Amino acid sequence: MKLFKSFVLALMMVLIGSLLAFSQSTPQAFTGATIIPISGEPINNGVLIVQDGEIVAVGDADTDIPGNADLHDVSGKVLMPGLVDTHSHVGEGDGGDYSSSLHPDVRIMDTIDPRSKEFRKVVSGGITSVNIMPGSGLLMSGQTVYVKPKPADTIEEMLIVVDEETGVYGGLKMANGTNPLRSNGSPGTRAKSAAMVRELFIDAQEYQQKIEAADGDPSEMPERDLRMETLVEVLEGKRIVHNHTHRHDDILTAIRLAEEFGYRLVLQHVSEAHKVADEIAESGAHASIIAIDSPGGKLEAINMININGRELEDAGVNVAFHTDDPIVDSRFLLRSAALGVRNGMSRKAALESVTIAGARMMDIEDRVGSLEEGKDADFIILSGEPLSVYTHVEQTWIEGEKVYDRSNPEDRDYATGGYEIFRSTNMHIHGERH
Amino acid sequence: MMKLFDQNIMKIRNVLFGLITVALSAASGFLTTTDAQIAVQGETVYTVSGEAIQNGIVLINNGVIEEVGSEDEVDIPSDYERHEAAVVTPGLIDARTVVGLAGYYNQDHDQDQLETSNAVQPELRAIDAFNAREFLVNYLMEEGITTIHTGHAPGAVISGQTMIAKTSGETVEESLVDSTTTIAVTFGPSIDNNYDSPGTRAKAVAVLRQNLIEAREYADKRAAGKDQSRNLKMEALADLLDGKIRALVSAHRAHDIMTALRIQREFDFPMILEGASEAYVVLDEIKEADIPVVIHPLMTRPSGERKNVDMETPAKMKEAGIPFAFQSGYESYVPKTRVARFEAAIAAANELGFESALHALTLGAAEILGIDDRVGSIEEGKDADIVLYDGDPFEYVTHIEGVIINGEIVYDGE
Repeated sequence: MKLFKSFVLALMMVLIGSLLAFSQSTPQAFTGATIIPISGEPINNGVLIVQDGEIVAVGDADTDIPGNADLHDVSGKVLMPGLVDTHSHVGEGDGGDYSSSLHPDVRIMDTIDPRSKEFRKVVSGGITSVNIMPGSGLLMSGQTVYVKPKPADTIEEMLIVVDEETGVYGGLKMANGTNPLRSNGSPGTRAKSAAMVRELFIDAQEYQQKIEAADGDPSEMPERDLRMETLVEVLEGKRIVHNHTHRHDDILTAIRLAEEFGYRLVLQHVSEAHKVADEIAESGAHASIIAIDSPGGKLEAINMININGRELEDAGVNVAFHTDDPIVDSRFLLRSAALGVRNGMSRKAALESVTIAGARMMDIEDRVGSLEEGKDADFIILSGEPLSVYTHVEQTWIEGEKVYDRSNPEDRDYATGGYEIFRSTNMHIHGERH
Repeated sequence: MMKLFDQNIMKIRNVLFGLITVALSAASGFLTTTDAQIAVQGETVYTVSGEAIQNGIVLINNGVIEEVGSEDEVDIPSDYERHEAAVVTPGLIDARTVVGLAGYYNQDHDQDQLETSNAVQPELRAIDAFNAREFLVNYLMEEGITTIHTGHAPGAVISGQTMIAKTSGETVEESLVDSTTTIAVTFGPSIDNNYDSPGTRAKAVAVLRQNLIEAREYADKRAAGKDQSRNLKMEALADLLDGKIRALVSAHRAHDIMTALRIQREFDFPMILEGASEAYVVLDEIKEADIPVVIHPLMTRPSGERKNVDMETPAKMKEAGIPFAFQSGYESYVPKTRVARFEAAIAAANELGFESALHALTLGAAEILGIDDRVGSIEEGKDADIVLYDGDPFEYVTHIEGVIINGEIVYDGE
């Protein structure tokens, strides 16, 4: 019976697989655009060929185009990789609760609405990979999720699995500074915050040692503990920590704890990065930063100035811009990169900061972030220069499928807004009524 | 009355100040920066009042624009200090902000934009709260904003008064352009967030109408010269009903905008509509009412009563023939202020176009605020408020290379 089930399942898989292959096997060739592959110099009058969800070829006008390819003339346009947003709150998910400050067991994956209209807005901004995180009100608010914002009925279809063996598809959200502080003293100060995190990681180290001591013998294994299991993934380097942090001393505390336990660290926001850029570079941590139109509004972030991109680039740090949507709208991620250039970042680093640099922070740089043979066919077609205010995202493609087309009025509405466009979304800001 | 009085005081002050400065300069034998004679040369000079001038020159003398024209028409006197830039525009105008009242620390001690003890306080003057040295005032100036219409925030039935200031000056008196420009009125759900009562839209409108009815009686008695004890609240509202100052009416949802228009018709006060997220739904009605709009920041978050914002609203208002201007608005968190230039840029890129966006950010705003005799364009005799750029003012990567206010270089791009 069991064998039969497996056989039927296998047969179905083959059938579905061949159907899928059939529907996508026609190569798609995009010609005439200026291609910015990120992995190399821009190509004028370039050719991009994609098939079965992957990039088959990127090259100049002499690139061989298969005879059966569908041709897309995109002359005069700019074609570049889909954007990577390393910090977002789209999808109407949530994370840990205030019963404690440490929730490594909580998965935001279990709460995201794959049909949220916010994903339509995300692709209208050219974003094709997103790190969706729970909030910063707790020391550990839960596991983040890396997704492709493509049309889907289930969150599983959207996941970007970074480790097939362990099935890891996200990081761990941590926070320090003032956001996680609670009036009940748990934690009430910065030092208490650090002590609580260290205690939990020491527990995780012991748990990890028990697993190692069991040496594969199920009877010797420690009891399953979801919190510990997640932290062991962090200790083993399979799951990256995304640490919300603003002030320079909090940045250094985040680095100190990461070094003590040997986990991989992406600093998130890093408002005072410009004060400790060399220390960040020295630590090897990555920096995911935000561009805000004015400083102030949040006391520990009043020294945030948009020179962070320049200072981190100069120091040699892998630096990405993020939206933190809704703080910056997903439609303005390219704008953030442009503001980086305005404040002294190189154009190359700015374009990397919204593509490959972010991919590295999510362990998905082998799949996305640049236009290279064998990578996912995630790309955007722009009306012009990527860092110009007058440029619009005209098309967004994810894994070889067009998911946004500005010439379609319904799609266009997500780029510009309008009446009841976001009617199904549940975006709460400061308890507003409407 | 109040307003005229204050304006006259300011005019007298300005004249005195000018005389003293001239006297001092003459005495000391050299010109101070304040009244230096400056020549601004721009590869493109957008006067806004007329055609753009290629290779244009703007001469500034004693705080005002002395002459404007192409390099073939204007000779630069040898003793004028020269400044060059790729692009030159009039000083930019933020037509609705709370900067100077809502400070950048966002702590209780620097948040003076909304008094929550009472939902109806038209007597609160912006000049009594404006901090000319507030960090964000200078921040906006360095982004090219030279004039701000600032004051009490939305979120009360009547939150208080607004004023117009330049973004230079170390005291409110030095910065002031107009002490009492509007009374800020709000329609919609935000009032309920700040006050226990009124707690609904309809109750807030009833409270507003009751106050305006009392103010009508107060104004009538005042006009008839009858004795009545002074009442600051009623004085302010009577000035509104007498047309001496305007209402700055914040409303976002289409039905809230329609309610605002209904009350404006009932009491016939001069009005500027502000926020107006759903203006595009009721363009004909706004046009019919002949009311200008200070449109919400284009990058505002589509949530709450602003959930239906559309980046193409300015283009639609232009098409409908409704005068409009841009604003930084009020932000309760991060960023603590937006920048009207950045918001205008988004409108420019979303069907409005460069020229119309620049017009709304300068002369259009000045006309709506009633200060176009002084600012908003590069014309002989106007205040020398000028911004210098290394490229298109709306491009993300463009830098501001200089800001001149009242003929003084207040920012040199460094």
